[in-house]
Order: sequence, then structure tokens, then C-alpha cells
Amino acid sequence: MENVQKADLTRVKPYGDTLNDGMVQLSFTLPVPFGEEASEAARQLAKKMGFEEPQVVYSKDLGVGYTYFILYGKSVHTVDYTKIEVPKVDIVVMSMEEVEEYIKENIKRDVVIVGACTGTDAHTVGIDAIMNMKGYAGHFGLERYEGIEAYNLGSQVLNEELVAKAIELNADAILVSQVVTQKDVHIPNLSELVELLEAEGIRDEIVLVCGGPRISHELAQELGYDAGFGAGSFAEDVATFVVTEMVKRDLV
Amino acid sequence: MSKLNLDQKLIDSSRNAAQTIAEDIQNFIDKHTTTTTERTVARLLGIDGVDEIDKPLPNVLIDNIIEGGGLEQGAAYWIGNAMVHTGDSPQVIAEKVARGEIDITRLPAGNIEEIEEKINEIAKETVDKIQANKNKRDELINTLGEGKQPYIYVIVATGNIYEDIVQAQAAARQGADVIAVIRTTGQSLLDYVPYGATTEGFGGTYATQENFKLMRAALDEVGEEVGRYIRLCNYCSGLCMPEIAAMGALERLDMMLNDALYGILFRDINMQRTLVDQYFSRVINGFAGIIINTGEDNYLTTDDAVEAAHTVLASQFINEQFALKAGIPEEQMGLGHAFEMDPSLENGFLYELAQAQMAREIFPNAPLKYMPPTKFMTGNIFKGHIQNALFNLVAVTTGQSIQLLGMLTEAIHTPHLQDRYLSIENAQYIFNNARDLGEEITFKEDGIMQKRAQKVLEDAEKLLNQIADEGLFQTIEQGKFGGVKRQRTGGKGLDGVAQKGQNYFNPFIPLMLGGTR
Repeated sequence: MENVQKADLTRVKPYGDTLNDGMVQLSFTLPVPFGEEASEAARQLAKKMGFEEPQVVYSKDLGVGYTYFILYGKSVHTVDYTKIEVPKVDIVVMSMEEVEEYIKENIKRDVVIVGACTGTDAHTVGIDAIMNMKGYAGHFGLERYEGIEAYNLGSQVLNEELVAKAIELNADAILVSQVVTQKDVHIPNLSELVELLEAEGIRDEIVLVCGGPRISHELAQELGYDAGFGAGSFAEDVATFVVTEMVKRDLV
Repeated sequence: MSKLNLDQKLIDSSRNAAQTIAEDIQNFIDKHTTTTTERTVARLLGIDGVDEIDKPLPNVLIDNIIEGGGLEQGAAYWIGNAMVHTGDSPQVIAEKVARGEIDITRLPAGNIEEIEEKINEIAKETVDKIQANKNKRDELINTLGEGKQPYIYVIVATGNIYEDIVQAQAAARQGADVIAVIRTTGQSLLDYVPYGATTEGFGGTYATQENFKLMRAALDEVGEEVGRYIRLCNYCSGLCMPEIAAMGALERLDMMLNDALYGILFRDINMQRTLVDQYFSRVINGFAGIIINTGEDNYLTTDDAVEAAHTVLASQFINEQFALKAGIPEEQMGLGHAFEMDPSLENGFLYELAQAQMAREIFPNAPLKYMPPTKFMTGNIFKGHIQNALFNLVAVTTGQSIQLLGMLTEAIHTPHLQDRYLSIENAQYIFNNARDLGEEITFKEDGIMQKRAQKVLEDAEKLLNQIADEGLFQTIEQGKFGGVKRQRTGGKGLDGVAQKGQNYFNPFIPLMLGGTR
């Protein structure tokens, strides 16, 4: 392996089959009719994006005078990997059994978690994967956890309704799932929940978490949430965060 | 010819149980009406438009009837009475109500026979218009032709009807046979139908009569160009099921998602409300020649596709019976199911193949609607494209009728123009390349696939007989479908249900069913 050149982490660029070749595959549609001029337009656009020697390897007439392209190009840009900082939920994730044990030892009562898909969002796949007994991809959901009382309110729940339910059940944590994010409809909806909790004076007593394919921890924190979980998160990620946060903030 | 060696006795027993279940509910339906049912009657009598605060006139009128405590007599009675009294048309009466000039339940009561006669005259004109739309569809299919089954069904969802039209026409040129205009998220919970052409929606476009009209014209235009009749699909679900059915019938839509169970389970709509709504919506769809699509596929997004397979079959049997009660012929019953098993499952493809073949053999004349993988789509578009390829292979092998194409970008965003093209290319390649595969193969006797299908049928038959004993409402309360529990008096829209009164009549039901109910 000594003969293989090592990547300079201060100047990283894409890898195709040779270090630093910068190769990127991309595809897009241009609103122009199919033909040689269309391909040239795609090539020129790729150049402006910072690709050297862009090649249109395929193009297709999509009808309505639009053309689809697949291209390869060599990126001229680099990034400094050593300087990268990403805000993350910084905890060691516990297994379901470890979470159950942690609750017994540190909280000594049942933890009440209320979850919902709020606003007009009707897509419950996310909240179901985290909360329902069966869970997702072999990771059991919160309903299965001993020591957790999980209430999945389902889809299209109004923020007001969610807050009322949280108060009624004396919830320790609220989980909000947002899947539909077209035109950023989730942003005002998520913000509204924070405002409602603040207006009720219970924001500080609740661990507030949101999740969804377009949600990052950073975005969640910006919006006033304690944590955000993106794609690839499971019940144990959320459970670990909730129970450790409760102990950390002395909400037990 | 059966590949699965299914026990006909179990199929018959399932059908009988489903019939008992549907009859029990039909008794309830026949005694009740709803706000949206009456707004539909108003629409079919020609009432359209909005008042000065953009409230649809059908809502204005029905609200006026409710205020006067008259919902149980039905809109036809009150409109007819007002016509006898004022000599105005239903539209003028609705406008007068909107302006506060008349209070429809306070007019002197006319002779009931005279009222019915006035109403039936207009009702017949509407029914003739819908019949003409149906004839026009048949004529276009005869002259233009249509795509081979499985029909290629794609979705547009820009939020802007004019943008939808660009995408829909592009899709038709690429090979789509059916265009579904997804509704804006949340429309199912609106207790009114918005008015006019709309350009703002989230994750979809408002279903309005004007939007239907615009898209219909665009698809007729592109259909002429590509030499295929392009079908238009929308959503007859939520709190305005029959109103949307009426609008679709008037604007010659061809398919409608139309399933009360779906609304109960996944939109938390009250079960009494939506089952009554469903009945009239299905009567309209049936008469208008519109293919309904049922929503069983959704059970598998919240429940496990292997373990809950029998609930899909059971629900298909129930939907078949509800459809028959509403006069929908088998040829218009687009019963739903889906390719939603975990792709990491060993031999999962065999189970999917068995399941799809089973649906085909049990419902031989139904234009089955087959739904693509969604739950296990990950954002890895390359793998997703292969999952969709397997889905397409199952469909062509088992003779599915309506193929909602999977998009490689499922779980990322609503489809981009090129996503739709790539999906259509995928489907066309596989449908053509494996066109007669199903005709050429038999399944091994007592092999994995035969046993799987037999087991699913057995479990469905048990479940159906259990439901027949306990009642459908109770079964839903117990969470047997989709793992979702709903209460009989819970959910949205119960306040819109009323018992029919003495003078109640809905002229469209006998006209559309040919006098059978």
C-alpha cells in the first residue's frame, strides 16, 4: 500500500478511479429542446459549476421542449476536511435494554413521550418507525420500551392539539415528525410549536425533538428544539437522547 | 388458469362473509345522510360558484338548511320547495340565500309531488350530461386507442395546475397512460371544495372543478397528438368524497381514489360519516364509468407487508361488496395492493409474486391497482430504481392492470421531470421485454409461492368471518386494519351526519342505479 498516494485532507476532491481526478456524475434537465445545442448548453453550464472537461454521456428528449442530461466532469474545487465541524446529537447511543436500565436507575418512573406528525403532514412513516411497537428495520419502537409510555397521535395533528395532549399526559418529551417539506412548509409549523410551548410556559420542562428526512440537528437547534434526527435514525437514538437529556436538565 | 391452486371454497366463503359485512353497513348507510352528500345533490342540481367571502355556494346553501334544522330532509327537498315557491333555478336560489334574501327552510311548504317533479326534471338533465361524458370517453378510446395494460400511471404534484399541465403532457409524450394530479396536503380534511383554477399548493394541487376541466382539456389535446386516450385520476376521499365524485363525473375524469377505509384509518375521518359519503360517491363513479382505486396498499406502509398481507385481501373483498352495492361493475373496481416487503427478505420477490398473482386470480375482472415500494426506499436512487424494476416485473408477470410507477427519488422529493421519464422507461422496458412471461410459466406445486398464497387466503377468510360476526365498526375499533385503531364516534366529520327524515329524497340514486335502490 505504500505506493498508493494518500489524500491531502486539507484539499479533498472527488475520487473516480484515481486520487484527485475530481470525477463527478450529475444529471439534470434543461428547459430547451433536444439537440446538439442543448448538449452544448449542458456542457457550458457544467463548466460554470466548476467542472473541467465536462462530458455529456447521455441526453434525452423529455417532450414539452425539455432535455435531460447525464454528465461527467472533473471538479476543480476542494474542501479542507480538517476544518469541518458539524453539530450533532453528541451522545453514546444506548440499546433498548440499556435505555430501560437507565430509566430504572436514573429516572425511577415511567417516561411519557408524545409524538405526532403535525400541521397538514399526513406522512406517518417517520413517527411510526420511531414510536410504533414494531419499529423499523429490526429496531423496536418506543412503545416496546419498558419504562416508556409512548403516545403516537398520528397524522395532521394541530400544534395546539399536540400541546394540549402533552399537558394532559404530563409529557416529558414531545416528538414531531415532518416529512412533507415542499416549499419549506415545515419551518413555520415547527416554529409555531416552540412558540406555543413558550406561551404555555412549559418549554423548559419538556424535551423537544423533531425528525424527518430533511431535518438536521443544526436546523432543529436553530428552530429552538433540543435535538433533530434525520434519515437513518432509530428509536434508540431518540430514546437515548430523551432520557439522558431529562437527567442532564434535572427533569426527573 | 390457476397457478396457485387456491381453494375455491375459501374464496366463496370469503365473499359471502364480505357480503354480510357490507349489508350490515349498508343498512346504516341507507338511513343516513351527510352534509357533503347534500352539497353534492346541490352541485348536481347546478349550484356552483362562491359568495363574497369565497365560500362555495353549495356550503352556503347546506349551512342555511342546517341552521333551519332541515338537514334530515335533504337538499333536494328544500331546493325543490324553493323552486316551487319562487320559480327560480337552483343557482339563483343559492345566490339569494348567499345574499340573505331568503331563508330556505322558512319558505311555505309546497306539495311533495310537485317538488319531486321539479327536481327530477333538472336531475335528469345532469344525469344525461354525465352519460354523454361517458359516451365521449368510450368514443375517444375507440377512435384514439389506449395503452396496453398494465397502464402506466404517474403522478404530478407541483401545486400549480398550469405547471402540472406541462408535466402531465410531458409524461404522456413519454408514455404515461394515466395522470394523477395529487391533491395538496390537507385537502382531505377541508369540509368544502375550493373554487376556480389554483396555483398554490403543498405537495400537490387543489382538486377543484376548474382544475379538473383544465387538465382534462390538456390531456385530450396530448392524447390526440400521441394517439392514445390519456386517463385522468384524482382523489375522491376525505371529507368531500361525493362532491369530488360529482365534479369528476361532470368533467370526465377516468379514475378516482375512493376508499372510506383509507380515510378512517389514515386521515382519522369519522367512520360513520365517510361510509355514508362513500356510498353516494361510488354510485356517481359507477354511473360515470369512472374506475375507483381502493387504498389497501396503505395498510402495508404502517403494518408489515408479510404479516398483514391477509388484511389487504380481506379489505379487497369488503371493497368489492361495497362497490357492488353502489352499482360499480367489476371492470371499474381498481382494488389496491402493493409491493412493500422489506427488500432484505430472503425470497421476498417470490412472496410478492405470489401475492400479486393471488389478487389477479381472486378478482379476475378487476382492473387491479398495484402500488410501488415506498416504505423501504432510502434515498439510494440507484437501488431504488432496481426495486422499481422488480415491482414492474411482478406486475407484468401477474397481469396487473394499473401500475402506479415507483420513482427512484421516492423518500426525497415529489417527482422531478426526469424522474418520471426514468420510471416510464424502466416500466416500458420491462413490460415489453417480459410481456408474456406470465403465460409461459407455472408455479411449482406445493412450492413456496403456492403455499404462501394459500396461507394468505386462509387467514383472510378467517378474518372476514370474524368481522362478519363482530361487525366492521367494531373491527376497526380493535385496530385490525393497518394496525390503526379508530373509534366509532371519534375522528373528523361526525357532526355532518344526520338521520334521514320523512320527506328525504336523493333523486340521483335511483336515476344512477337504474331504479334498483
